[in-house]
Amino acid sequence: MNIQRILIANRGEIAVRIIRAAKALGLRTVQVYSEADKESLAVQMADETVSIGPPAATKSYLNIEAIMHAARTMRVDAVHPGYGFLSENADFADAVVAENMVFVGPDGDSIRLLGNKIAARQVADEAGVPTVPGSDGRVADLEAGRLVVAQTGYPVMIKAAAGGGGRGIRIATNSQEFERFFPQASAEAASAFGDGSLYIEKLIESARHVEVQILGDGENFVHCFERECSMQRRRQKVWEEAPAFGLSPEIQMALCDKAVALARQVKYKGAGTVEFLYDQKTNEFYFIEVNTRIQVEHTITEAITGIDLVQEMIRIAGGENLSIKQEDVQVNGHAIECRINAEDPAKNFMPWPGLVDSLETPIEDGVRFDTLLYSGYSIPPFYDSLLGKLIVWGNDRTDCLSRLRNALQNLKISGIPTTIPLHIALANDESVSSGTFDTKFLEKWLETKFMIADNQKKEIA
Amino acid sequence: MSKIEIRSPIPGTFFRKPSPDSPVFKEDGADVTDSDFIGLVEVMKTFHEVPAGVNGKSIKFLIEDSEPIMAGQVIAEVEA
Repeated sequence: MNIQRILIANRGEIAVRIIRAAKALGLRTVQVYSEADKESLAVQMADETVSIGPPAATKSYLNIEAIMHAARTMRVDAVHPGYGFLSENADFADAVVAENMVFVGPDGDSIRLLGNKIAARQVADEAGVPTVPGSDGRVADLEAGRLVVAQTGYPVMIKAAAGGGGRGIRIATNSQEFERFFPQASAEAASAFGDGSLYIEKLIESARHVEVQILGDGENFVHCFERECSMQRRRQKVWEEAPAFGLSPEIQMALCDKAVALARQVKYKGAGTVEFLYDQKTNEFYFIEVNTRIQVEHTITEAITGIDLVQEMIRIAGGENLSIKQEDVQVNGHAIECRINAEDPAKNFMPWPGLVDSLETPIEDGVRFDTLLYSGYSIPPFYDSLLGKLIVWGNDRTDCLSRLRNALQNLKISGIPTTIPLHIALANDESVSSGTFDTKFLEKWLETKFMIADNQKKEIA
Repeated sequence: MSKIEIRSPIPGTFFRKPSPDSPVFKEDGADVTDSDFIGLVEVMKTFHEVPAGVNGKSIKFLIEDSEPIMAGQVIAEVEA
């Protein structure tokens, strides 16, 4: 492998995770840090460290100049971007390569291509991967709209092309509604956004978020099966599982094969994730997007396949061929990851940084806790609230949930509020145990069923 | 004349403007009412509006825009 010194251009738990993987490969690790992260676990663990500026991420972890300066000064030969920050910034990937260093991820052009929603949808179409049925861009008028819905069927979303964040959307469940809503939506869009253009997309009423882990070296491509990530609050994943329970073997194989087809289409190099919406009513699945980086929830895939994804992506970047063949990738058991955040579930998930007085982690078999924490660490307020990820493996989903309940009781973080109580409640919920949830489940459940929060509120009051 | 302190409910970074290109929520010397917002605190990538919480005259800010702030730290004083 042509990498000896690797710069970790990230922070938090993923920096810790990358340092571990790099050290296991015998590499020298160089950790960047902002002024707010001098005391971080990653800084303590790395072989060497380098300051990149003030606490604000725009001046440090998002500052390409500062990070490239650090990379040159420390004479590294590779840069791992982690997730978030600059991990999907094509210009950053190009800047690293321009200095004759290795970027641990796909090249800048692949990131650019897959990062563009319309271009990515075209790639998916070319690779034979199903996309959400709808209009090909803007719909000229009502007559053109009728032709689109004749193809998609109902219900459909009529969306303002200039809208965003859920604004300017109407849902038509039959042709009468469509005839009525289409002109209304157009007029409304014209007055609200100064642009009356609309497009049409099939509405998936009960969707699950299912994603497939892929690995490629540019010539060989494998999938490492799928993850179920429907448990979301404000579009942020909270709890993930692997494999995605309740899929027929045919659907599971089709999903994974399509993801590999997409990887092959773009000659993908590195670790990536192909995200899909899965319609529980029709058993159809549709491509959403590709994430060209390691994901937060890669850990549960590691737990069920035994593959170290971070080591694998470093090896690929270092010029080695993919060491894994598809037939070597087998699912063993079930895994769940709970994201432990510095947020107060009793106060509408208000983030709350501060001093961690003590930390106790579960020591049972099948339990892994990836974290940035140690006892006595003061969590800075400048970055996201993820403190760690509790990953629990079991022989099957029932066994996994049972071990998870145990592990959650034995994970103790004192000094700050965390989302552990939320996960305890979820792990004991019947709908969660029976696996009957979709992407809308958690927000509804928080409003109606999350009694712990209410009880805590009363105690505090 | 007595002074009333307005404190930050949470730790983070204090901002006097709703966005970088906007005017400040309150100029120094302005009067405030209970429900007026006087700033934002950014904590862990989320923004929280800070209401004055009191009726008062002639607000005086004790912290600069974009400065770190602790929970309970005084943001400003007003005259009762």
